[in-house]
Amino acid sequence: MHAEHDHHRLPPGRPATPAPGPRVKPARTTSAEVLVTAPSMLWLLLLFCVPTLIVFAITFKPADLYGGIGPGWTLQTLRSLSNPNYPTIIWRTIWISFVATAICLALSVPMAYHLARVTPRWRQLLLLLTIVPFWTSFLIRIFAWKALLHPEGLFKQALVFLHLVRPDASLLYNAEAVLLVSVYTYLPFAILPIYAAAEKFDFGLIEAALDLGATRLQAFFKVFLPGIQRGLLNAFLMVFIPSLGSYVIPDVVGGPNAEMIGNKIAQRVFVDRNLPHASGLAAFLTVAVLLPMLIMIIHQTRAEKQPPTMREVA
Amino acid sequence: MGEFLEFDNVSKSFGTVRAVDAVSLRIKRGEFFSLLGPSGCGKTTLLRMLGGFEKPDCGRIFLDGNDITDLPPNRRQVNTIFQNYALFPHLSVWENIAFGLRVAKRPRHEIQDEVARMLKLIRMEEHAHKRPDQISGGQKQRVAIARALINKPSVLLLDEPLAALDLKLRQHMLLELDIIHDQVGITFLYVTHDQGEAMSLSDRIAVMHNGKVEQLGTPGEIYEAPRSSFVAAFIGDTNFFEGTVREIISQDYSRLAIDGFPDVVVFNDKNMRCGDAVYFSVRPEKFRISREKRALDDKHNVIAATVEDIIYLGSHTKYWVRAGEYRLAINRQHVRFLLDEQPIRWKDDVWIWWHADDGYMLERYSESDENLMQVPPEAIGENGTDTPSGDAR
Repeated sequence: MHAEHDHHRLPPGRPATPAPGPRVKPARTTSAEVLVTAPSMLWLLLLFCVPTLIVFAITFKPADLYGGIGPGWTLQTLRSLSNPNYPTIIWRTIWISFVATAICLALSVPMAYHLARVTPRWRQLLLLLTIVPFWTSFLIRIFAWKALLHPEGLFKQALVFLHLVRPDASLLYNAEAVLLVSVYTYLPFAILPIYAAAEKFDFGLIEAALDLGATRLQAFFKVFLPGIQRGLLNAFLMVFIPSLGSYVIPDVVGGPNAEMIGNKIAQRVFVDRNLPHASGLAAFLTVAVLLPMLIMIIHQTRAEKQPPTMREVA
Repeated sequence: MGEFLEFDNVSKSFGTVRAVDAVSLRIKRGEFFSLLGPSGCGKTTLLRMLGGFEKPDCGRIFLDGNDITDLPPNRRQVNTIFQNYALFPHLSVWENIAFGLRVAKRPRHEIQDEVARMLKLIRMEEHAHKRPDQISGGQKQRVAIARALINKPSVLLLDEPLAALDLKLRQHMLLELDIIHDQVGITFLYVTHDQGEAMSLSDRIAVMHNGKVEQLGTPGEIYEAPRSSFVAAFIGDTNFFEGTVREIISQDYSRLAIDGFPDVVVFNDKNMRCGDAVYFSVRPEKFRISREKRALDDKHNVIAATVEDIIYLGSHTKYWVRAGEYRLAINRQHVRFLLDEQPIRWKDDVWIWWHADDGYMLERYSESDENLMQVPPEAIGENGTDTPSGDAR
């Protein structure tokens, strides 16, 4: 009835274009919000920020002969970081992490796409299978890989039987083994954030792209991937950062030629008993991780503040 | 000129539900054609089959003489305006409109010219750089239209394009759509559950019900000569009577016996025989209403009634009157306003009459239509009472 009334009251043909109102409301922090976040902030401060700062500080302390920290301040550690061995190891750490992340993302995107599209029953099952490995200790799973890749291991024997690998080839103790086990370990951390993004993705947009003449591939790259870019970014960080600091994986399945920076830090602590040196490496790693993140955050906030430009016209 | 777009005996089932049941339609070039029906009648499924998003179980679809039934969506000369517009949220208005030409790898200057032309058509030049979440619903709608039209489709498919807009904007966009149709001159296939939209825009309408086309015709034909009780009730308001044919008066007229209502004279538009059970329908505006009984010829039905409700609507007044056991809706246009005329009031005894040619008989319908009859007419007729989503998919 109401609709009918309005219908008759409307002047005919009058344009009714509402002005596009500003949509972004600056979030204001209330005291209640501060109160709610205070415990976790305190936790972060005491158990993350302070220890990190201590690590940074120790870098500038001299080492004493008994594995402790000597008095006074020195730049000795910083100078010794220019050891010619380090660039190789740092470079290896970065590329193993990067390749592992890339492989994880490449495997996760199709997985997440299908997770978002299958029936709820299948989705539950597949998600369960993704999470099930976490029920077994991380260490045990790494050692399981060692057994699999061992010269007498099942995996190796199967590959030899299929003539994919020569009998004398080694699958263990090299960078490839570290890469393989890294991908295995971090894959769920890539699948889950990408799935979370894909699940919110409006698949009607894919239909719209096809309707406008895009091929399935074009629709995937031009519409689906940009649509889940938040998830991709999160997955990247979730895999790349822990991978940079990996220590157990290269220690168990990697050899001397597959050492990563994490192993060096452990070596400085447990073998050389030189805490400042270990701290120096750890500080370097922290800066190496935080710097790109900081740049990314600044870039993002700036992009959100400014309206998108007509860059495509130029 | 041959038929431009043809559905030939197309069927589609989802599980046990027959969403589209052996539909054949022929649509002319440049026509504004509407598929009209309630939720779940199969109209959206039919549209999606034309867009290439669903494959018919059987039957063929022809466009300009070519069989397009098995072509993927990206190789069909049709474009769709989706109900929620489906604008790409990560692209600006400009990029959204350019999408079709970009994936077709057209030269850059051509893309720029075409997008500029489209922005002008939809009068959105100054919003080109904005993102979809920064523009209003009506603007999104126009961007969706431009994005589809830039590909120069042979047919533009519109899937409930106005359903997400408020009433005022909807009225405005109706006009806009009509203007754009006149400007581009291509075939529009419009899917809606809103009879008002369909009636005001279309050259022809196919009224769909339970996967079948109930009636195909111009808006006037469908309104004035509905072929089934479903169409009569779905399009506009009407008053239904249940009756049986008592007497064939002449070649043109019969007399109906109606339970709880005096006998009425009615035009013989169907080949009814004595004793046939029929439904009889008279639209509210066909009635005349007055305090005085007029002397009229035997082609008129004049019946005593009591006014139960009066709704003043400016251009006309709607009366609810009780006559026999029936409660009837009557619309009276305010042709002439006379101050000294004594207006009809609540509980007044009045006379209502209509000419025998203004009512029409309908065969008894299927059971599912019974429900439709229970709905008071004003609930069916107007906008916004029906949710358009979940349409037989």
